[in-house]
Amino acid sequence: MRMPTSANRRGYFGSFGGSFVPETLVYALDQLSEAYEAIKTDAEFHKELDALLRDYVGRPTPLYFAKQLSAHLDGARIYLKREDLAHTGAHKINNAIGQVLLARRMGKRRIIAETGAGQHGVATATACALLGLECHVYMGAEDIRRQRMNALRMNLLGSKLIQVDSGSKTLKDAINEAIRDWVTNVETTHYVIGSVVGPHPYPCLVRDFQTVIGRETREQIMAKEGRLPDLIVACVGGGSNAIGIFHDFIPEETVKLVGVEGGGCGLASKKHAATLLAGTVGVLHGAKSYLMQDEDGQICETHSISAGLDYPGVGPEHSSLKDAGRVEYTLATDDEALAALKLLSAREGIIPALESAHAVAYAIKVAPRMNQDQIIVINLSGRGDKDLEIVEGLV
Amino acid sequence: MTIRETFEKLRSRDELAFIPYQTAGFPTLDESLRNLQLLAEHGADLLEIGIPFSDPIADGPTIQYSSHVALDNGVRLKDVLTALGQLELPCPLVMMSYLNPLMAHGRERLFADMRAAGISGLIVPDLSLEEADEWLAAARACDISIVFLLAPTSTDERIRRIAELTDGFIYAVSLTGTTGARRALPAGLPNFLNRIRAVTDKPIVVGFGISAPEHVRALRGQADGVVVASRIIDAIRRGDEWTGLVESLKAATG
Repeated sequence: MRMPTSANRRGYFGSFGGSFVPETLVYALDQLSEAYEAIKTDAEFHKELDALLRDYVGRPTPLYFAKQLSAHLDGARIYLKREDLAHTGAHKINNAIGQVLLARRMGKRRIIAETGAGQHGVATATACALLGLECHVYMGAEDIRRQRMNALRMNLLGSKLIQVDSGSKTLKDAINEAIRDWVTNVETTHYVIGSVVGPHPYPCLVRDFQTVIGRETREQIMAKEGRLPDLIVACVGGGSNAIGIFHDFIPEETVKLVGVEGGGCGLASKKHAATLLAGTVGVLHGAKSYLMQDEDGQICETHSISAGLDYPGVGPEHSSLKDAGRVEYTLATDDEALAALKLLSAREGIIPALESAHAVAYAIKVAPRMNQDQIIVINLSGRGDKDLEIVEGLV
Repeated sequence: MTIRETFEKLRSRDELAFIPYQTAGFPTLDESLRNLQLLAEHGADLLEIGIPFSDPIADGPTIQYSSHVALDNGVRLKDVLTALGQLELPCPLVMMSYLNPLMAHGRERLFADMRAAGISGLIVPDLSLEEADEWLAAARACDISIVFLLAPTSTDERIRRIAELTDGFIYAVSLTGTTGARRALPAGLPNFLNRIRAVTDKPIVVGFGISAPEHVRALRGQADGVVVASRIIDAIRRGDEWTGLVESLKAATG
């Protein structure tokens, strides 16, 4: 099988990706591409990044054998990659620290970011507080309502939270506003995109800061089990935690990779965020990828109980991995995610983020059909504290 | 009259082209088309019509609002193309659209339909030079001009390449930012326009922020035309009488 794991010079993964942006931004993206190429071989940069990931973020995050959950499901042995234990409570910090370091190196003093669930906003605000850069975070009004605690955290961290009232008032609209800010302040500002979306080089850049998840997972599972897992599962909104854990395993044909989208109220209800399962190809936010759109090319509003999966696009590399058949994409509904959150909390004492609960839901479905010699790794991309208000009354 | 003939005529008279803009479907589809005719009667040399899109990343609050109203009215690209086919306009018409509605319509069908609708040119704010080859080929086959944008952040090398590729005219974005009326022209604009003029004789049209006759006057001798969009949409939104504004903008072109 041809492995579409790397973008070409113009940022294409097969026929997906590219750079569809207003002319004003071309120079900033060229500048970013140049800086990104330069850090690939810069030992000093990686020394600083690695030290921060170790001492500040708390990496490597543990790979934990979920003994009770495995026994309860009576099938495969289930491991959790504990990104929820990373500082700020999710994998988003890996990319935020990397990009803010890169921005500082590029001489940009002002940082902007968008956020859906608030995890990327908090991670970026944290990185800016640590490294002394000015930070502005765009967040949809609906998401601020759903994620009040994260909004409060960003304020405490000294960043400016800007409420977005346009469109569906969620992640898509926060990205629109962040792009408009970037177009306006491009000469002083770096835009820290939080997922593997956007124009080239972002899908590569964000991925490269997240692949640490998969590299650690490989070492840890080899140490514990002496072999690679049979299945790795991760939730997919834009797709950064999924690419992060999948990427190192793409050449390993014995490892099945499954991405779980936000199934909302189910495909038939049309109230979901399952872009790869139900979308069609188009251009949004600077890249060609699968999108939730109507027949006239207008972007549809999506629904997921999880703010971090509620996005009508998906990273172009995922679109390419889907078409190549290397990753299987499926969905978990809101109800399945809630049930998974409840089960993991009760059996393991770990409250997952609603996003990550979608991946847990898939494992709950398939583990009983597997045997005890088989291994599942779930990317537990974030912790659930932020979701308690949503979950209250529902479980 | 073609886009080229229009600029030749205006150059011989030492006038700037006045290019007012309407969002198709704002306040309604019928009214936006009638407003195109009114704009032509009150001095437009070319007309620009914008196709509403759910996620207009290059637009400020005014055009976001008019696009939102148009979409709520159910107005889509195919409706605009059909309606324009019934309309007689005395001057060339260019269409602005983000890429995704154009892709959904289908590239080949798009340019045939644009031609049938009497549209001469296409402006796509999120179609960069690097992604444009197939669009350029399809447009040329139907004799439609693709108008590229340049920004103050464009390098000299990009200015040269885009000036070579653009058809009809060059759309010079006056500032780093989104569309929307501004009080004054940006300080760096003359220098930016000089950088473009140094490499091309093609008409240069300035847009983004142009909102007053003195802006238009200040551009005489530096550019070949001006686009005025948000200022007019704001007036329509407020229910102001706007034909006087349009006439004063045209009067400032020569």
